[in-house]
Amino acid sequence: MTALTAEPIRRLLRSRLVDALAAPHGVDRYLEQFNPMWAAHDVRARIVDIRRETAPAADSAPVATLTLQPTSNWRGHRAGQHVLVGVDVPGVAKRFTRAFSISSAASSPGEQITLTIRAHHEGQVSAYLVERAGVGEILHLSQARGDFTLNESPATPTNNHLLFITGGSGITPAMSMLRTLLRDGYVRGPRGGVLRGSEAEEQKSSVGCYDGNAGRKVTFLHYARSPEDQIFADELAAIAESDNGVTVHLRHGDRLFSEFELRRLVPDFADVDTWLCGPAGLVELVTAAYADSPRLRMEFFKPAVARAAGDDGDVEGTVTFARSDTAGPASAATLLEQAEALGLRPEFGCRMGICFSCAVTKTSGRTRNVLTGEESALPDEEIRICVTQPVGDCQIDL
Amino acid sequence: MSTDTTATTTDTPRSRIAARVGMTPEQLEAFGNEMDAIRQRIIADLGEEDATYIRNVVKAQRRFEVAGRALFYLPPAWPLAVAALSISKILDNMEIGHNVMHGQYDWMGDPGLSSRMFDWDTVCPGEQWKYSHNYIHHTFTNIVGKDRDVGYGILRMDPDQKWHPYYLGNPVYALLLMLFFEWGVALHDLEVENIVAGRRTLADNKPLYPGLVRKIRRQTVKDYVLFPALTGPLFPLTLAGNATANLIRNVWAFNIIFCGHFPAGVASFSVQETEDESRGQWYLRQLLGSANITGGRLFHLMSGNLSHQIEHHLFPDLPARRYPQVAAEVREVCERYGLQYNTGPLHRQLLSVAKKICRFALPGGDAAPEPPAPRVTEEPLAA
Repeated sequence: MTALTAEPIRRLLRSRLVDALAAPHGVDRYLEQFNPMWAAHDVRARIVDIRRETAPAADSAPVATLTLQPTSNWRGHRAGQHVLVGVDVPGVAKRFTRAFSISSAASSPGEQITLTIRAHHEGQVSAYLVERAGVGEILHLSQARGDFTLNESPATPTNNHLLFITGGSGITPAMSMLRTLLRDGYVRGPRGGVLRGSEAEEQKSSVGCYDGNAGRKVTFLHYARSPEDQIFADELAAIAESDNGVTVHLRHGDRLFSEFELRRLVPDFADVDTWLCGPAGLVELVTAAYADSPRLRMEFFKPAVARAAGDDGDVEGTVTFARSDTAGPASAATLLEQAEALGLRPEFGCRMGICFSCAVTKTSGRTRNVLTGEESALPDEEIRICVTQPVGDCQIDL
Repeated sequence: MSTDTTATTTDTPRSRIAARVGMTPEQLEAFGNEMDAIRQRIIADLGEEDATYIRNVVKAQRRFEVAGRALFYLPPAWPLAVAALSISKILDNMEIGHNVMHGQYDWMGDPGLSSRMFDWDTVCPGEQWKYSHNYIHHTFTNIVGKDRDVGYGILRMDPDQKWHPYYLGNPVYALLLMLFFEWGVALHDLEVENIVAGRRTLADNKPLYPGLVRKIRRQTVKDYVLFPALTGPLFPLTLAGNATANLIRNVWAFNIIFCGHFPAGVASFSVQETEDESRGQWYLRQLLGSANITGGRLFHLMSGNLSHQIEHHLFPDLPARRYPQVAAEVREVCERYGLQYNTGPLHRQLLSVAKKICRFALPGGDAAPEPPAPRVTEEPLAA
């Protein structure tokens, strides 16, 4: 493993010469045969620690934080970004890929990251990672993705007020930002000046994980189902207690978001850079409160799945062909026929499920394979649209 | 899993292909349902074993390849190096490449084994092959005038292909195709025979050139420049070794593949009799249009299980390691319906193919033992 972290070797493995020698499969297809943590292009990670975040309770899904050691080609991440995680679930021998927000502070190339995951009932991947995965296991990763990051509005000073509104496990990207602010925020020097660069690094390492101050006013408003369900409870309590510029407001139980309450906490909220992440209900209420304010940035949770249709033949819902920005009412015809009826011209071949010419990604929704009758609601699943019909709402990447 | 297979059976009242073999429409439908049932049973059973199997084959292939490339540094081990590299290329192209690019392992969700990502160690770009093979050949199997794999646009392999003096060279063309098989496969998609016949223009090929040229360049630079150069003074030996491995793979693949559809007794079909085809007739056509080769496990592995061409054509997207498992069942169904199941040892099937290549060099040829209905040949392939 260490051999591949040396920069000259990494550069060689990514060179055009090695690429030409390993064609057409690519050098990673050879390296992986010897050590799964050897990779020039693919990103993988070894699970080095798994920690329970909430006490196990009957009515709430368990949450765990996984610490991952990525391969040396991990480029690092900006706070708030997410990563695609591929898991080869044993037994079914299938790789499932899902997106998870990174919960640790911004990372540098090759650095460890953490994912904090709630084991959803229907989520094979999340349930597997939280309940069955073991230390030492290898996961497939993407590089960090997403623009839900700590990018502030241009015309504002860099020490302006920041507001985070999150619900449930939507707390994870905000937590990454908060941790980053506390780690990298302005460090007060001995003479009251501001330290930067290596001086700040030294200061921080002597203090530990945090320098203890965000260097600005930060409001952190979070909604959780119950105190037992609260992720990062201890850490948030510690942050709330110390003098660091951060105020933490935790709302538990049935207390819904209200504009009135937000106005009380942050009177000029619509003019404050705000990051919103949570379930659909919360997102709806908050976006309504912000109207069209450009200060609001948000990250959606993918709605779990559309409801299954009642009986055969009677299909309700909307089929959305996302890339073509086209949608129509779902019918019992195959998705290929429905796409064509909407004037799209997707690639196809045999039209009978043999040749895979028409395979595309279904991003969400339930579909049925007309050959087998098998239904599936897995998100980001590859389907052959010539032998697949919708069962309710679905989104196709076409 | 429910068992509604509605999408399929809107049988035309009379299937002429079924009539050829004395099957009633009801029997044809029942036959199709039995095939669907086999397919669904296997699909429901796919899992760890199939994944482990293909990963082990890939592991073996990568090891043979690395060993082969490395052994070229030891001149006395030259024959071993060539053998290892030949095995690597055969495994890569047949049990891995052909099958993975059929989508047989797409259900695993592993990009390294996905039909959309995989490309094989030949000069033919996988992207182009998938169109002509998975779509044209597997959908229109043995329909003369539609399936371009009937003679590959070069040979006359069927009495319904109109004779032309050009075909006197049939045995020579076959020999050349064998020696340069990967090149034949690569150029197949340019449909040269259709350009000569005026059914396709050179402009139609334009979009294919960049991919083809890129793949050819990568393959030739790798095998004939870079790896030889890396062995320094042994350059000529390594070059010759790589060329030999490619040649061995060409000869082997050609022979296995020609035994799949060309032995005596394999049926061909006209465009007319396959119009508005039912699922049952599609299965029947795949069965009648393919032939198996008998052999041991190692032989099946090295042939990419194309020794089970019948099962492959019935179930092209099932992992090939399942073909031997379902073969007995398919055969039993065939016996019950009185259908021919064409199989035999390699030497016999090869001899049969060789005879056919020579016979069809000359005009005429044995009309297949059917047809009660007049067979109409559309668009004979002229070269």
